[in-house]
Amino acid sequence: MTHSTDATPFQFSEGALAEIRTLMQKFPEGRHKSAILRTLHLAQEENNGWLSIAAMDQVAQALSITPIEVYEVATFYSMYNLAPVGKYVLEFCHTGPCAIEGAERIVAYAQQKLGIRTGETTQDGMFTIKEVECLGACGYAPMMQVGEFYHEHLTEAKIDQFIDNCRAGNINKGTWRMH
Amino acid sequence: MSRKVLLANAHVEGIQSYEVYRKNGGYRSVEKALKSMTPDEVVEEVKKSGLRGRGGAGFPTGMKWSFLAKPEGVPRYLLCNADESEPGTFKDRFLMEKIPHLLIEGMITSSFALGANTSYIYIRGEYSWIVRILERAIAEAYAAGWLGKNILGTGYNLDLYVSPGAGAYICGEETALIESLEGKRGNPRVKPPFPAVKGLWQSPTVVNNVETIAAVVPIINDGGEEYAKIGIGRSTGTKLISACGNINKPGVYEIELGVPVEEFLYSDQYCGGIKNGKKLKALVAGGSSVPILPHFLITKTAAGESRVMTYESLADGGFVSGTMLGSGGFIVYDEDQCIVRNTWNFSRFYHHESCGQCSPCREGTAWLEKVLWRLENGQGKLSDIDMLVDISKKIEGNTICPLGDAAAWPVAAAVRHFREEFEWHVNEPKACMERNYGLITEPVATV
Ligand SMILES: Cc1cc2nc3c(=O)[nH]c(=O)nc-3n(C[C@H](O)[C@H](O)[C@H](O)COP(=O)(O)O)c2cc1C
Ligand code: SF4
Ligand code: FES
Repeated sequence: MTHSTDATPFQFSEGALAEIRTLMQKFPEGRHKSAILRTLHLAQEENNGWLSIAAMDQVAQALSITPIEVYEVATFYSMYNLAPVGKYVLEFCHTGPCAIEGAERIVAYAQQKLGIRTGETTQDGMFTIKEVECLGACGYAPMMQVGEFYHEHLTEAKIDQFIDNCRAGNINKGTWRMH
Repeated sequence: MSRKVLLANAHVEGIQSYEVYRKNGGYRSVEKALKSMTPDEVVEEVKKSGLRGRGGAGFPTGMKWSFLAKPEGVPRYLLCNADESEPGTFKDRFLMEKIPHLLIEGMITSSFALGANTSYIYIRGEYSWIVRILERAIAEAYAAGWLGKNILGTGYNLDLYVSPGAGAYICGEETALIESLEGKRGNPRVKPPFPAVKGLWQSPTVVNNVETIAAVVPIINDGGEEYAKIGIGRSTGTKLISACGNINKPGVYEIELGVPVEEFLYSDQYCGGIKNGKKLKALVAGGSSVPILPHFLITKTAAGESRVMTYESLADGGFVSGTMLGSGGFIVYDEDQCIVRNTWNFSRFYHHESCGQCSPCREGTAWLEKVLWRLENGQGKLSDIDMLVDISKKIEGNTICPLGDAAAWPVAAAVRHFREEFEWHVNEPKACMERNYGLITEPVATV
């Protein structure tokens, strides 16, 4: 995914800042950089599902590290989106065990239904399709992850129903927040 | 032969909660270890048990623990590897979802044995709902006095945290895991120094798989010798196998090491046979990184002996006709599956997941993917088949971490056992595109 240069400012909510302080305490004195992955997850959640430069810079500030340390990390891990995404990101597993249970057929169906290819977002900004590697659900294939949740044993009918539910606002994506 | 020591209570109603877990005998191993054993005695029991790492490599756990350096005044760390990203593997997830306190209990007993006062569970970021399950269990354990300061009045202190990743198979490699936990890119480190000497924040560190740590609980409860009675030879104890692919009953099964592969595959107690009445074509016994075997080498070795689910029996025949138990990711292919396509798919996986530090891995995985793609898409040449073997040889053994080998071996094995099918893709591209694969025949002479 190419990096977006969108310059919209970003600010963590008070709640997120408090949470980041708690996260930092899980690591010894001076090792708070270790909180970076989870802080990036929070930033992504508060920035409509993707990491802008502004969001990453705020992560650097919150953890008192340099922005380059954040960019380095954000560009390494596949869960971070570096360009805008739709409200619902459908992440289909396409690895071997899912593939032999019909993942390719399911992805093609979703692409056709939404009129987009993998990596694209629908014009109404509702859906993005991503293809990802094995998510540890191989026995319940084919599967996709949306937000925090796994949707397993996918069929065309389940995709239809899921998309309808999203459009009706009935899908809870979950949250990266601690409880 | 179906004793369960990890999942025995996994289906007890409410076992996710502390109360129910405790009522069913939970946290006894912590009581026993902290109150009546020295850390070295705990390590000794684990040695006696013969337990081998369940993350893939099968290294003896007790021995690994005894390598841990113990310089004065330097903290030591125990890290639980819950990255679980090897295609075909979903057992750690099952254990953590069903019986989270077993892992927490194992972490406490193991941390005590290693003299760690801070421990982390590094879990793949996609398992975010499990992060929540574990954090709830940890909070309960703190509230009940199993974690924190002066546990059970013994003077032993332990803090336990969960730290999620963000999508990267390579972070399952132990030094990449450590880098990631330090808040960096998951680039594996050059070894030595090994984590046992310089690991997390340059301190002595042990990294163990979820299942390995959970197994410490029954080992301490019942004694290492008792645990060693389960299994066969140097494959002691039970193993979680995650079975998937074209079978009737995919899922996670706890087996006693030594169950015949045939029984595991066909009995109703386990996989329940091949789906839709089809025939078995091939099988990957231990996650995508281990060599794939054709149907005639799975239930029997090349010498005609029954193959059983142990480290040794699955490896019988070495790279010529054997495979590995690996992570326990058991992937079954029926007669309709295309080996070339599957090999291409796995190569794409390794190419995507290569961290890019070493040229043989970074470039080699890209080449493997590219060449396999053109073979699968009817654009290959016969010389491509040997090129695949050549590329895998050039990757193997020439990289910083074993991801290079993991990418190379499955390709080499697929070509070794299914060369006919690769050739067919070159000679009959049309027929292949129509996906009429069929069973390859057993070669008359063995190599
Ligand atoms: C590329 C790669 C990925 C790995 N992924 C995992 C993993 O997801 N989980 C795991 O426990 N071990 C994984 N390992 C093995 C670990 O490096 C390490 O050997 C293991 O965590 C040790 O624990 P054990 O001795 O209890 O098995 C991986 C190794 C490599 C080379
Ligand atoms: S072998 Fe591959 S994954 Fe491992 S360090 Fe080298 S480039 Fe990275
Ligand atoms: S292959 Fe899709 S979840 Fe493992």
